[in-house]
Amino acid sequence: MSNQTMNAQAAKRLRQVRWYQEPRWQRLGGLLALALLLAMVTGVQGTNSDPFYAIKENLTGVGLWVYVGIALLIWVAREFFSEPVKQAGATAKQAKGTLVDGPLGQIKQLLAGQPRLRWALMAAVAALAVWGPMGLDRYWQTVLVDQVMIFVLVAIGLNVVIGWAGMLDLGFIAFFAIGAYSAAYWTGALPVAPPIELNNFAVIPLAVITCLVAGLLLGAPTLRLRGDYLAIVTLGFHEIVYLTAKNLNDVTGGTSGVKVDRWEIGGYEFRIVDQMPFYWVLLAFAAITVFLFVRLEHSKVGRAWTAVREDEIAAASTGVDTVRYKLMAFAIGASTSGLAGVAYASKVGYINSENFVILLSILVLAYVIFGGMGSLPGVIFGAAFLVWLPEFLRDYVDPKDRHMYLGALLVIMMIYRPQGVIPSKRRQRELKMAETGSAEAEAEATGTGGKHS
Amino acid sequence: MSGAADLKKEPAGSERTGTPLLELRDLRVYYGAIEALKGINVKVYEGEVVALLGANGAGKSTTLRAASGMLAPREGQVLLHGERVDGIKSHDLVRFGIGHVPEGRRVFPRMTVKENLEMGAYRFKSPDREEMDRVYTLFPRLKERRTQLGGTLSGGEQQMLAIGRALMGKPELLLLDEPSMGLAPLIVRQIFDILKEINEQGTTVLLVEQNASQALQLADRGYVLETGEVAMADEASSLLADPRVRAAYLGEGA
Ligand SMILES: Nc1ncnc2c1ncn2[C@@H]1O[C@H](COP(=O)(O)OP(=O)(O)OP(=O)(O)O)[C@@H](O)[C@H]1O
Ligand SMILES: [Mg+2]
Repeated sequence: MSNQTMNAQAAKRLRQVRWYQEPRWQRLGGLLALALLLAMVTGVQGTNSDPFYAIKENLTGVGLWVYVGIALLIWVAREFFSEPVKQAGATAKQAKGTLVDGPLGQIKQLLAGQPRLRWALMAAVAALAVWGPMGLDRYWQTVLVDQVMIFVLVAIGLNVVIGWAGMLDLGFIAFFAIGAYSAAYWTGALPVAPPIELNNFAVIPLAVITCLVAGLLLGAPTLRLRGDYLAIVTLGFHEIVYLTAKNLNDVTGGTSGVKVDRWEIGGYEFRIVDQMPFYWVLLAFAAITVFLFVRLEHSKVGRAWTAVREDEIAAASTGVDTVRYKLMAFAIGASTSGLAGVAYASKVGYINSENFVILLSILVLAYVIFGGMGSLPGVIFGAAFLVWLPEFLRDYVDPKDRHMYLGALLVIMMIYRPQGVIPSKRRQRELKMAETGSAEAEAEATGTGGKHS
Repeated sequence: MSGAADLKKEPAGSERTGTPLLELRDLRVYYGAIEALKGINVKVYEGEVVALLGANGAGKSTTLRAASGMLAPREGQVLLHGERVDGIKSHDLVRFGIGHVPEGRRVFPRMTVKENLEMGAYRFKSPDREEMDRVYTLFPRLKERRTQLGGTLSGGEQQMLAIGRALMGKPELLLLDEPSMGLAPLIVRQIFDILKEINEQGTTVLLVEQNASQALQLADRGYVLETGEVAMADEASSLLADPRVRAAYLGEGA
């Protein structure tokens, strides 16, 4: 009896919601914390001799009160005036009779009925991609070519391995390094001479094949391992490649590096004074890779990867050669990374072992996850944006802090949008279904009904 | 029990003479040092339903895995229409007409029902619409739910999907590993009715079951495994009447 009353009391205590647990007050707390954070990061910087200088200054300055005031305003607006606005929006939407989500959905709907407009838009985007960067200044052109384009290519490759085949690779830059050193070797830049010296473009197939073989050699014995073990093995592989590049001075040039000739084709030499030719070469590489990979994704190979990613035993029982397709993903990813490596060496004109540190492998993984694993537009955007961001922040925050902001952005993304900025179709569908049960039920029913007959 | 003893119990003169569709001959399978199958002999003739019974850990799933190529036997042979197929990998054996519905259903959780079924036809150039209609007729529930994700189906629906997916590969022989696991009696009955229909439409079935009474009612013949050996092999009706089987697997006092 007494036991029961005890339980009743305990249950009551556990069910009690304290005021600070109410969403409204929690939001206030969050906003105030954000205001504090913003006051800190936009205020004065600390110094080495007085670590608390920044805290003291920023917490007594005017900035804090401005931010706190804005936070309070937002909170009040959100809590007391948002309902009517929301309702007005909902009725407006209903009046229009459409149920499209977000600006992207609206654009899609607008274009759906008008193929001509669609083509025109696509042509405009393509033209912008090809000639747009001419309008950038030299600094941003360099960032675009040396970093954005290179890492977009690497991210597209990594997406095959992690996004499509579902294997966690923490050492992807190892293949990038192999590609770069292949380019250096075959163009005669390394201390060891190749049997014949080749043009940078001619090196591409050799480097791609080298990376493919390296991918197969690493993959064959390790792909039987489960995800987490595979991740460690790839990490180890990266370290081996990196340390070899660093310490095998007589072959690789080590940390002091080697000078590599830039692209040259039919007597035309690519010169660093004009970034655009480099950009166009890389754009062509990226376009070809994307084209091939889109085809692959929608082929039997892509479906086999999906099956392997979801359940290997089930995949095998439906007739998928799981080992073969995993190896294939690994090799394709590796060769893409290698291609990017060749491009990097042939653009920058100089490589040393420190270009291939483990941090880069981790960053590329972050680009892919940030953009949306398994979604080509996603990973392209993710790589481009996250490579661009630290460069952009250079002018606005203490340059030493840039990567801290990148880290914070990743943390926030993973909490609120783990599927990435532009999630894959599959993932989008899954999220939609989680909300509404079976989202495409009606469209699907009419669609297949036709096919069946 | 030896292979000769098996043969004695097979009625002569019926369709069960001649080459079996599937034959496991003195099959020994090891997991590392553990001997999971200690030389078993099993025959499945065309058109039959054969039940494989036994306690937990007796080696039933192992038998199916060896038959479908997921495991390679250390000794002994797997014969399909009299041809040796042991050592052939499971993904290739699928093309020889073996459909394995593994233990625990294993549908693709993030594919829709329809995509799961299409995946079952992976060995073909494109999924056969008629076959899909047949599966939908056998399992109307799957048709209703064809846009739902596999992982969000109920246990019974997942089992139906797993069977349907295997059928999409147009198997000659269907290997089923405990289709009734964790399902309500009514659903179990439904699934067994459908298995009967599948068999009547021409698919041979080798069925692993804990639910001995249902399995033996459906089956033509049955084998009882005990710690990696065939302890009994007989007509299903005889097994159903056997006091030892009744005691051990049908929960009746000896
Ligand atoms: N992967 C494995 N590694 C090691 N031992 C295994 C493995 N799989 C099965 N075994 C062992 O082999 C024996 C037979 O297992 P199996 O899965 O074939 O049994 P089962 O008859 O299907 O049992 P259940 O009815 O519980 O499914 C058991 O002793 C089991 O522990
Ligand atoms: Mg089992």
